[in-house]
Amino acid sequence: MILAANTSGIPVPRPTAESEPYWTGCRAGVVKFRRCSDCRLAVFEPRSICPRCHGVDLPWEESAGEGQIYSWSVVWRPQTPAFGSPYAPAIVTLDEGFDMLTAIVGCAPEEIEAGLRVRAEFHAVDDVITLPFFRPA
Amino acid sequence: MSNPLHSVAIVGAYNTRQARDLGRTTREVLNEAALGAIADAGLVVGDVDAIVSTSGHQVLFDLGLGSIRSVPSGPDIDGVLTAAGLLATGQARVVLLVTAKAGRGFDRASVAPWVRPDHEFVASYGLITPAEFALMARRHMIDHGTTATQMATVAAAIRNNGHSNPEAIYHGRGPFTVDDILASPMVADPFHLLECATTSQGGCAVVMTTADRAVDGKGVPAWLLGGGSDRCGPSYQTSPSWDRVGFHGDDQPAGLVGRRAARQAFGQAGLRPDDVDVCEFYDPFSFEIIRQFEAFGFCEVGEGGGFVSDGRIELDGQFPITTDGGLMSFSHAGSFPQQLQRVIRAVEQVRGSCQANQVPDARVAMCSNGGSGALYTQVLLVSSERV
Repeated sequence: MILAANTSGIPVPRPTAESEPYWTGCRAGVVKFRRCSDCRLAVFEPRSICPRCHGVDLPWEESAGEGQIYSWSVVWRPQTPAFGSPYAPAIVTLDEGFDMLTAIVGCAPEEIEAGLRVRAEFHAVDDVITLPFFRPA
Repeated sequence: MSNPLHSVAIVGAYNTRQARDLGRTTREVLNEAALGAIADAGLVVGDVDAIVSTSGHQVLFDLGLGSIRSVPSGPDIDGVLTAAGLLATGQARVVLLVTAKAGRGFDRASVAPWVRPDHEFVASYGLITPAEFALMARRHMIDHGTTATQMATVAAAIRNNGHSNPEAIYHGRGPFTVDDILASPMVADPFHLLECATTSQGGCAVVMTTADRAVDGKGVPAWLLGGGSDRCGPSYQTSPSWDRVGFHGDDQPAGLVGRRAARQAFGQAGLRPDDVDVCEFYDPFSFEIIRQFEAFGFCEVGEGGGFVSDGRIELDGQFPITTDGGLMSFSHAGSFPQQLQRVIRAVEQVRGSCQANQVPDARVAMCSNGGSGALYTQVLLVSSERV
């Protein structure tokens, strides 16, 4: 049993003015985030104020798409048939210093462990939305 | 100067029948709950001069109350504390909190977390509520070695309380052993089906008033000793990372949300966790009970798994938990009924009026709402005796 990406029939994000560069990045195969130009905090999800110093100049940066698993679950009873099970939602800590919610693919559920090194893998949902998943590096 | 909170009491509490499907409308159940709590308080409808409820505008209209104060806030523990503020500052004399959920077709809608549009960064990954809470529980297992058996011990205790409570929707469904819990289907690892809240329908209400009326009235008062409320983000929209902290003096990790609130509540009450006779804790998932014992200071962080494992949380133990069967077995009817029902059960315990599972001589009850996966926790201490 190898975990696969759920991309068909799932709820599809609607980009906003604040998030549009993130989704543009995903279409190009890059995880983008914002970093405060004043205090250097990496900010995700992308938003327009730094929660630490309240600076409002937060240029977009590109993550290398590598990090480690912080926590995860394996869902065996999905809420709608669109989600093939099992699937493994997870929090990954990117090397640039921010957490993101994603799902683990490309390995068996029992291979997942805290601290496991993972790298981003992109799966298109439609013409606008491409989702980053993560697989063992 | 004494805390004005201590001049406020809950004098009426009422649950409608709870069921998987009541075959009634939400509006009917709301009105029954409101009238039931007012009657339990020994008051009449015209005594109510404020409502705290997301359904309050409707209820005051249906009950013909004319023009009164209506605060459109959730009638949860936060709502109780809001009502206490209205009473303690003279803005109201009798406050009604009421909530209900019923009607066909609500079940699925109420638990579908991705229909809300703000979930841009989580919904596509199937982050259903059990998974949100599982991400917190898993982190605790990683850091502290908390086990599936310890979590199942919590679920068995709560579901056995529901099994023996004729008012619970799952009355008579047990008894359950730890092995029964672990043998139920896995929903979102580490949570098995029997470690998760159910969904159901029902309503409830509470009436609160000030000391002069509480002492003179017919309703048996449960006095407010202390309360608090913590929130560390919007529910179900962001990654629930246990270790996330604030940047402005708050070093409480998201996983311990409720610690600050509990310290405040105990401080107001002049009590310590050891003084609590019954723990009517919110039980959306088994792990949350373990987490609350840690966050509320009953045991050290990381020791909650062992803390629940030696009979301490059983009805005859030192800290009986969730004695009506809670969200797992008593009822879980939408957003607010099951939250106010933690307060109602605490009131019933200190009144000594529980139809089943009464803890003998319960004087101080602690109840809670929320959970780490939803990034908030609220607590309230009530007692049969005034401070």
